[in-house]
Amino acid sequence: MSFLGIIKKKRGKAADKKNIDRAILVFENTSEVIRAENVLKSQGWKIKVMGPPPEIRSGCDLVIEIPLIEELNILRSLEEAGASPLEIVPVSSPLLKPVNLFQNKDFGKYLMIRAANMKLTIDKETQNIVNISGGGCPDVPYLAQEMVGKTMADAPDPRKIGHTLCGYALQLAYEEMTRRCLP
Amino acid sequence: MFAVVGTVPIQDFPLVTGEVFLEDDSICIEEKPVPVNRGTPALMAAAIKVCEVLDQGAPFGYLVGDIGLGDGSRRLYEYLTKDLRQSDFRSKPGTGFQVITFHYLQPDVDWHNRVLFAIEEMTRRPILIADAGFMYAAKMSGKAKEYDLFTPDIGELAFLADEEAPHPFYTRGFILHEEDRIPELIVRAYKYNNAARCLLVKGKQDCVADRQGIQATIDSPVEEAMEAIGGTGDTLTGIITALVGSGMEVMKAATIAARVNRLAGYYAKPTPATQVIEIIQHIPKALAKVLSENEKGEVWIKQF
Repeated sequence: MSFLGIIKKKRGKAADKKNIDRAILVFENTSEVIRAENVLKSQGWKIKVMGPPPEIRSGCDLVIEIPLIEELNILRSLEEAGASPLEIVPVSSPLLKPVNLFQNKDFGKYLMIRAANMKLTIDKETQNIVNISGGGCPDVPYLAQEMVGKTMADAPDPRKIGHTLCGYALQLAYEEMTRRCLP
Repeated sequence: MFAVVGTVPIQDFPLVTGEVFLEDDSICIEEKPVPVNRGTPALMAAAIKVCEVLDQGAPFGYLVGDIGLGDGSRRLYEYLTKDLRQSDFRSKPGTGFQVITFHYLQPDVDWHNRVLFAIEEMTRRPILIADAGFMYAAKMSGKAKEYDLFTPDIGELAFLADEEAPHPFYTRGFILHEEDRIPELIVRAYKYNNAARCLLVKGKQDCVADRQGIQATIDSPVEEAMEAIGGTGDTLTGIITALVGSGMEVMKAATIAARVNRLAGYYAKPTPATQVIEIIQHIPKALAKVLSENEKGEVWIKQF
């Protein structure tokens, strides 16, 4: 590799790390981008409208860059405003997809389901949520506080009260648990 | 003296700093009680229990309310960038913080880097432990090597091992989160410089590792239910923090803490519905036993 190539490669890596905690919202057309931009700016989010990276093959010529961790909160805001994106991907690796593998552990009376770093455990008979573990974002203790001790039917959806990617992972575990246990 | 930095799941809880005490089932900082459910309060409660046994002073806490919006975390980050530079003067004369453990904070690379700059300006660099959200930020920033210990579970280890993933939510499927792949994931995490100097991987079998690979494993007693109980990883990090704060070497502290946490769980006779405070109550008894075993040279770890 040439000297210039090495420099370019190093710069590229530095740029990746710089934006690694950012994600991109992809929309069908430009007017949707403008609408979403207005919604998010009015709520005080630090966002940036920009051209899409080459890996993105869907949507229009503009995307919105947002803080990755707060994906769940931002998606909820856009959904409420009727401005949901087509797709959301990490800036550093646009081809990455959310986890879609679930692991479960049957304790007899209890069932635990894990999605990514989040684990949800219920009493199979009463459908009571008895524990939430894993995760690292600050909404995890909050979600646990709001959900543990309630039945699956009565507990709030993590999607409605969570804010981060850990909250999103818990939502996936919650949906998988619902699929397995609720009629 | 050691410090613990984290959040509590109460939106309007103010930014508070000071010595942390345990009163019944709550921690108390600046006379503000916080129930010990999981998260940073569980870490702090476990650390306090260890301090009681070792006859050490109370830990120093930096706490703020954050329910995942990130607002509290960012206020705390900003506070730390100013305060850590001065902490040498506030704590015991001539000592400063020997250890700082960062915990449930909203992962934010920019703020993480600013905090790390502030630490570099401290008179004496403390031992740095990162768990939960701050560990995610440390990995994302590419500065994992600056830390002395990370305490991931198997899902988080897979995230550390995936050089592309910005969060465990995006860990690629081919990096399966399976216990029998722990050695391979550890190698991969170090290969891409996404691991701290030491790792304690929490799982069915706890593994203490460094760049050379797994150095010790602790697998007894076994309480399968512990995996489901929210806060058991936090208590483990709390025990390690207090042990390192007492002057114990990091790898040894990780090994002893893993055994203590398991034993405390065993004494609590847990089910998946057990709450972590029930386990915390047993930490003093478990620590006393493990320290006694250690003195007698009883073997409960596998060394490599």
